[in-house]
Amino acid sequence: MVLAAAERATPTSPCSPVGRAVWSGARYDDALGRARGMRDGGERVIRVLVAKPGLDGHDRGAKVIARALRDAGMEVVYTGLHQTPEQVAEAALQEDVQVVALSILSGAHPTLVPRIAGLLQQNGQGDVLLLLGGIVPEQDVASMLDAGVSRVFGPGTDTRDIVRYIQERVGDS
Amino acid sequence: MTGTPPLVAAEVLAGQRRAVSRALTVVERGGPEAEALLQTLLPHTGHAHVVGITGAPGVGKSTLVDGLALAARAQGQTAGIIAVDPSSPFTGGAILGDRIRMQDATMDPGVFMRSLASRGQTGGLSRAAAASLTVLDASGFDWVLVETVGAGQSEIEIMALAESVMVVLAPGLGDDIQAIKAGILEIADLFVVNKADRPGADASVRELRAMLRLAADPPPWTPPIVTTVAAERRGLEQILAELARHRAFLEETGRRADRRTHQVETLVRQAVWDAVARRLAAAREDPGWARALTAVAAGTRDATGLADQVLRGAGGMADGIH
Ligand SMILES: Nc1nc2c(ncn2[C@@H]2O[C@H](COP(=O)(O)OP(=O)(O)O)[C@@H](O)[C@H]2O)c(=O)[nH]1
Ligand SMILES: [Mg+2]
Repeated sequence: MVLAAAERATPTSPCSPVGRAVWSGARYDDALGRARGMRDGGERVIRVLVAKPGLDGHDRGAKVIARALRDAGMEVVYTGLHQTPEQVAEAALQEDVQVVALSILSGAHPTLVPRIAGLLQQNGQGDVLLLLGGIVPEQDVASMLDAGVSRVFGPGTDTRDIVRYIQERVGDS
Repeated sequence: MTGTPPLVAAEVLAGQRRAVSRALTVVERGGPEAEALLQTLLPHTGHAHVVGITGAPGVGKSTLVDGLALAARAQGQTAGIIAVDPSSPFTGGAILGDRIRMQDATMDPGVFMRSLASRGQTGGLSRAAAASLTVLDASGFDWVLVETVGAGQSEIEIMALAESVMVVLAPGLGDDIQAIKAGILEIADLFVVNKADRPGADASVRELRAMLRLAADPPPWTPPIVTTVAAERRGLEQILAELARHRAFLEETGRRADRRTHQVETLVRQAVWDAVARRLAAAREDPGWARALTAVAAGTRDATGLADQVLRGAGGMADGIH
């Protein structure tokens, strides 16, 4: 499956204006800076929700992604199997993540993904970076992007590509 | 910049979920914005019963918190939850998995749950936790439940922010009483022996009882021991009842006010650290900083004097050095 170029053009806004205001003031680049919840050099911590909506019972892939993102320094909220779209959106809301990464193997993405995207929008989180991984037939990719997905990652995607993509889209600029 | 409207404190105080969530992000991050927000929220705190829940990994803390939140809801009360997990010391990343066991409560509109990564440092963690529970308290939740793992220094600091501390044990998890004694047992206001459906629960209760009897002077508050089966939601009402009894004790003896003072002190202490960090960062950007350090190394200037100058924030680091 060739999915590499599937990408939505809409820009995302990773930082709230509040975050920007805090940031523009000063750079905290030592241990005291870290003690304020930031990393060296003032990099902002990326928070990601890795969710498995739908009925399929395999979360090995989701766990591999979660670990790769953690190893890249991100904070990953993992919610386990069998999430409803409502649960995914509610978790994204309560955790204030910048990224929602969905893993769907069941083939239910045509119903689940638009529903999740709609709920995110409804909750004022339309600017969250929405990613989709799992088994998505090529003819479905365009409709997923239309539904609000920024990018679809097929099986066998190198996790480093996902890390890099997220860092580019929501990393501190 | 598209979309995101400014954060409104009034919406946080009204418990508006998106506002509460963003407020938690702001205060966790720290800085002037966080301080201003906390200052607005602080006068509206003090309503919530803040409960710390700690114990070894796997004893059932998250399952208990889920059940406690639902039990509180059944009594017409609301619950805010903070669950702290460790960050990787190597990458700073974290996998926050407490939500897995909180699927039932977190869909209730009267419950709000936030995962917090420890981000690797003691003071920072208790500051983030203190700030987070300030937000949830000000948002009007009747209960604020804070889950942490184990018995590190930072966990003990977080627990000191709670009004009531619940230490959770489970039979057969290598977390026997001897192993957890250091630091954690002393701060317990309530013991929960969970997984009472498993063999060994009775023995844990007996051991705890014996240990509590060993206390030389009978303490003003003897921690009760509650046995539960969190996975089947058994024993949770009893926990809520014991927590309510503990809060009444704190109020009657004036200890509740002390805890609140301690919480505020944590916030102030961190504000001091923040201010110091800003002054130091500014000094290091001063064009004379390198020369000032060279002068200290050469003995023509003393380190304490330079430190004073940094703290005054007046700049001109190399003034008077030739
Ligand atoms: N047998 C039994 N298992 C339980 C009970 N409470 C929780 N568990 C299980 O213990 C495991 C760890 O639970 P969790 O709440 O995540 O523990 P935590 O790490 O302390 O937060 C999960 O598999 C739960 O389903 C109980 O009362 N009895
Ligand atoms: Mg837990």
